[in-house]
Amino acid sequence: MVQYLRPRLDASFAALSDATRRGVLEQLGRCDASITDLAEKFHMTLTGMKKHVGVLEQAGLVITEKVGRVRTCRLGARRLEEETAWLERYRQLWALRFDELDKVVEEMKREEKIDGRKKK
Amino acid sequence: MDARRNDEPTSTENRTTVVRKSDRELVVTRTINGPARIVFEAFTKPELLKRWWAPKSSGITFISCEADVRTGGAYRFVFGHPSSEQPMEFFGRYVEVIPYSRLVWTNEEGADGGAVTTVTFEEKAGRTLLVMHDLYPSKGALDDVLAGMEGGMRETLEQLDEFVASLGANLEIL
Repeated sequence: MVQYLRPRLDASFAALSDATRRGVLEQLGRCDASITDLAEKFHMTLTGMKKHVGVLEQAGLVITEKVGRVRTCRLGARRLEEETAWLERYRQLWALRFDELDKVVEEMKREEKIDGRKKK
Repeated sequence: MDARRNDEPTSTENRTTVVRKSDRELVVTRTINGPARIVFEAFTKPELLKRWWAPKSSGITFISCEADVRTGGAYRFVFGHPSSEQPMEFFGRYVEVIPYSRLVWTNEEGADGGAVTTVTFEEKAGRTLLVMHDLYPSKGALDDVLAGMEGGMRETLEQLDEFVASLGANLEIL
């Protein structure tokens, strides 16, 4: 039943799936770095690292800022807030369902009482 | 917190809670004002299920509701939703049916093995504590759901990312 709550496709999990990108996050957790620094550290081409940083940036995990000719990367603020938001939407759906269930059960209880009196 | 209270104005004691209990488990709880016998009936008779499983304010409407509630019996719910042109189908089998206390069913609409749902009905002083427990086949399957992706979609995106990254690397060499 959870599929109703499908929000927009979220890139966070895809971004975290790659070992290099996790390494980049770990590295940025220690200190900010330029794409050139990161490419060197991970023995990658500049283009390859740009792609990885792009994926992380789209997922909101990394923020980049260009100062002069250098693009500096730092950790983004968003983490697993998406998961929390999903759980809250799911909770609301079930709360709505159970409110209706309460009404149905209330009615069934009333009917049972009436039937019980009739039998007597 | 205030927003939460607003969507359940009737009683704060009968709150619905949702917890990701582990990598593979999601648990929903709620107390219903009625004996387990009646609540169980509302879960197992299609004509009653139809009256609460698709609440109006959720936007979901029932197109059809079949439920053969006995061990090995099948169910199939078909819903409409304004955000979707195609009707949505949910189906599976009842694995365990213990009157007034326990229901277990499979969710088979997903591409891979879906979750197994266990509902327990625990009566206390005329009220029933409902615990709905979804057990997913893997951490990845539940992560997919929480990321709002259909089965396998997350993995596909991961592979696409890698492919795109490798294209970039190759271009550099050329």
